Amino acid sequence: MIEAIFQYEFLQNAFLSGMIIGVIAPLLGVFIVVRRLSLIADALSHVTLAGIAGSLYLSQTFSALALLNPIYLGIVASVTGSLFIERLRRVYKHYEELAIPIIMSGGIGISAIFISLAQGFSADLMSYLFGSVSAVARSDLFVVIVIAIVVIVFLRIFYKELFVLSFDEEYSRASGLPSKAVHIAFMLVTALVIAASMRIVGILLVSSLMTLPVAAAMRVATSFKQTIIYAIIFGEMAVMIGLVSAFFLDLAPGGTIVVTAILILLLVIWLKKLLPQRLGAEA
Amino acid sequence: MKQTLLQLNDISFAYEQRKALDHISLQVNEGDFLALLGPNGSGKSTLLKIILGLLKPTSGEVVLFDEPAKQFKHREWIGYVSQKSNAFNSGFPATVFEVVRSGLTKKVGLFKRLPKNVHTLVDEALEAVGMLAFKSRSIGALSGGQQQRVFIARALISEPKMLVLDEPTVGIDHENVQAFYDLLAHLNQQRGITMLLVTHDVDVVSSHITHVACLNQTIHFHGYKNEFDEMSQEARDVWYGHAVRKIH
Repeated sequence: MIEAIFQYEFLQNAFLSGMIIGVIAPLLGVFIVVRRLSLIADALSHVTLAGIAGSLYLSQTFSALALLNPIYLGIVASVTGSLFIERLRRVYKHYEELAIPIIMSGGIGISAIFISLAQGFSADLMSYLFGSVSAVARSDLFVVIVIAIVVIVFLRIFYKELFVLSFDEEYSRASGLPSKAVHIAFMLVTALVIAASMRIVGILLVSSLMTLPVAAAMRVATSFKQTIIYAIIFGEMAVMIGLVSAFFLDLAPGGTIVVTAILILLLVIWLKKLLPQRLGAEA
Repeated sequence: MKQTLLQLNDISFAYEQRKALDHISLQVNEGDFLALLGPNGSGKSTLLKIILGLLKPTSGEVVLFDEPAKQFKHREWIGYVSQKSNAFNSGFPATVFEVVRSGLTKKVGLFKRLPKNVHTLVDEALEAVGMLAFKSRSIGALSGGQQQRVFIARALISEPKMLVLDEPTVGIDHENVQAFYDLLAHLNQQRGITMLLVTHDVDVVSSHITHVACLNQTIHFHGYKNEFDEMSQEARDVWYGHAVRKIH
């Protein structure tokens, strides 16, 4: 395995991307979960699919675009989707969650049209839906690295504002903090992380990598900082175990990563029951 | 001459067609402990949101620290303690320390790091509300009264000149309510922090309070506490009564 990683570029791409995503997805996921935006992340990932499907169709139809990496249109779609969600949430002030099914069905609908135009599911599209160990290109890895830098810089700069916003939105606005601007920046960064993560876990399972490790972390952590640290540890474990087993068993990594994340979650819940006095004793 | 920290000039507000506030004028001076009283549905929360800048009045003007609210840049001078029940989700994974520290966010400012002595500052704020022993506890694990003290500490850490409290004792058991008001009085008298307490509970009008304003769409009374004590029963009925009847 280790030798293979040194030998094959595609494995390096997959494992390096996986390691990075294992950090940034749960890191951002902590804020998404405590702000109760998990479903929005899910909706955004389906919008990303529309961009991917559109890009695959374009490169099939126009030979000039044959080499276009679908991740770019995926990013465009998911960023656009995040802005649409915000717009819709303001239009339907009293039914904010209505934005989610609207955006989600819109995303799947557009994807369906592009998929049929491109004459059905290709192996390529399948790798975007459920992730892939072999399909991660070096250019994908570079995009993931750039996005990771953006995410970490963003969180480093706006950590204190995001904490206040996540803890109590009304207090944040009453304190005169630029809550709206921080929130919109946060949604844009979320869109980027979704686009970055899909190559490895697949579009349909991106949001799980943002929520499952956080769900496990919240069981054992006593502080916000600990929640972030545990979420990253659990996320990284899920990605690594998932990728290795996907490689050896020739499975889609999205599946193995998510199943590993669920097993970690169950294990944490079970251990916490078993040793309540040890884990999270101060809580 | 004491500084006027809050001045409301002829504020009106309507939700679509329904009038919530009708020509409200009010003043809070440095060192005051004003209780803004009113029954449910009297427009208290609306007025509070206008003061905090969360709602724009339909007409009228808010003046904070002698500046029109729009130009006022020092929101950290006004500490806000919201009603416990809708303040946050109690499962939020944060310690008391992290919550109190977050009170510095506005004061420190965008793009700037928290000061190095943040632990000392948090300790001092928690000490002032008698909650230092709970510093590393999870916020969700505290009782309602303890959480409210932590939220006061979160406000105190940015050294506010005025505290605005929205029904702070809702959901706190009776014994702790008195201790809570004693704490507010202490902060008012010893530290000179101006208090604006918004509540439906007329019983809070104790010796701690210096001024009272009675709200029910309009201001029915605004003056010193001893004047309020002499307010006639009829006047009280007009202020409080009809709204109560409306609800039932």
